[in-house]
Amino acid sequence: MARRQRCNQLATVLSAGSGVVLVLVLLSILWTLLSRGLPGLSLATFLHPMGPPGSGGGLGNAILGSIIQTGLAMLIAAPLGMCCGMYLAEFDGSGNRFATTVRFVADILMSVPSILVGLFIYQLLVAPFGHFSGFAGAVALAVLAVPLVIRTTEDMLRLVPVAMREAGAALGAPRWRVIVSLCLRAARGGITTGLLLALARMGGETAPLLFTSLGNQGWSLDLDKPMASLPLAIYQYAGASYEDWVQLAWTGALLITVGVLMINIVVRLSSRR
Amino acid sequence: MGRGPRFSFNQVFSAVLWGSALIVLLALGGLILLMGHGGWQAFVTFGPGFLVSAVWNPVTNQYGALAPLLGTVLSTLIAVCIAVPMAFGTAFWLTAIAPRRLAGGLSTAVQLLAAVPSIIFGMWGFFLIVPFMARVIQPFLNHHFDHVPVLKALLCGPPFGSGLMTTGLVLAVMIAPFITAVMCDVFEAVPPMLKESAYGLGATRWEVMRYVVAPWSRSGMIGAVVLGMGRALGETMAVTFVIGNVTAIGWSLFVPRTTVASLIALQFPESPAGSLRLSSLMALGFILMALSCLSLILARYLRRQRA
Repeated sequence: MARRQRCNQLATVLSAGSGVVLVLVLLSILWTLLSRGLPGLSLATFLHPMGPPGSGGGLGNAILGSIIQTGLAMLIAAPLGMCCGMYLAEFDGSGNRFATTVRFVADILMSVPSILVGLFIYQLLVAPFGHFSGFAGAVALAVLAVPLVIRTTEDMLRLVPVAMREAGAALGAPRWRVIVSLCLRAARGGITTGLLLALARMGGETAPLLFTSLGNQGWSLDLDKPMASLPLAIYQYAGASYEDWVQLAWTGALLITVGVLMINIVVRLSSRR
Repeated sequence: MGRGPRFSFNQVFSAVLWGSALIVLLALGGLILLMGHGGWQAFVTFGPGFLVSAVWNPVTNQYGALAPLLGTVLSTLIAVCIAVPMAFGTAFWLTAIAPRRLAGGLSTAVQLLAAVPSIIFGMWGFFLIVPFMARVIQPFLNHHFDHVPVLKALLCGPPFGSGLMTTGLVLAVMIAPFITAVMCDVFEAVPPMLKESAYGLGATRWEVMRYVVAPWSRSGMIGAVVLGMGRALGETMAVTFVIGNVTAIGWSLFVPRTTVASLIALQFPESPAGSLRLSSLMALGFILMALSCLSLILARYLRRQRA
């Protein structure tokens, strides 16, 4: 009896310990980001472009580039992923080999290392045209987001009761109408959540942008040219030996993390209600 | 409201959906084909020797995959060995022991940790963990285990702080929250009646976990671990910051090494288009792709086996 109790106590202590360690790590990361990132935060961070060390540069162009690229990626990934998700949820009759394959492929795409997506888009959109571009960066991000959108769209649509579809069909609505106006509307909340989480994930991705949008030191709105982004700026600045660059890297890291965590927290709060 | 156009729109609609599904299929096909195509030159030049050669020398144009592959596999193994017990413990604590309100907040915190971008873990590892390893852990280990034969080989090396062990630690911290979140879901899905009856027989919490919950959710747990492993395999930014990036092989866990992903990230910009070096990097990418696909298929297979 005593041995069993001791076993239980030991397991309790060990598991509580591992939980505490994980939370401490999260706190350590947040504390590091706040204590090293906040001192560099100023208006200039948002308004000035990146520049040579000691020039008082900011992250303005990187922030803008991140917004443009993730926005464009979302414009590509959301319709594509939602259409594919609708197909998987609504047109997957019994023994549909094609749908099964597509679902499996989406699973694989979800776990493909993101740097390989960068290499793929490099081969597809950078090497043939001979130059890096913001557009290629956006496509690479979209490839990462699509499987997430597919998965949430399909899952959410499957939660819509069959009775609702039957009711729509009974009213004489064509199938597309039932799917778009009834099912998609009913699943709106969950799908929005998925889209937001995909946005948060894309916002922090670095590896796929290395070989596609390359980064840029100045302001650029041209999607056909190399484009800056926040994660790339951090990557470039964090390893540098100039103090102001390292400071900007921390500030950028703080901005990204706050952005990503905010989206996640908002999603969690709204889905709890 | 004629019948004709409505009917045709229905067809257009399903064709669009079918087409988008096809695009997703083509994306993966294109990914595999283009990586294979890019790495073709290296595969042809070096043959099967590419896999076992430890040389990576841009000067003599000799490339082999062994050093980065070993780095990837070993750092992933270390990460999994650290992360799995931690994730299991945390999930056990959160689902069975911790007070309800505390557990809610903490599991949110853990899920947030899983959402932090990998480059942040890279910076955190680079500025905190690497110096900590170099100044505290490595001198301590070297001082105390210098005379133990096997350990000595694993621990030797100047205290740079970067290496497989540091990488494994940072990767473990990255994948543990992810594995924890999935395990929590799996544990919650165990029918309460099973647990209640075990408690009714007088089992302790640990015994319920060990003999009821764990066997019931084994397939889900394995899936979670393999998915976490897949993440560690392909992780780039965090690893690039902390592994030290030296293409060499050896026993020590505390000297700079490299992984497939970090080698690609670092050497790609220096590799001119059409060069053998670029092709070798693509070939490495192809192998990494195969590894990550294999781990996913394995996860699915195991899940189906035990479900």
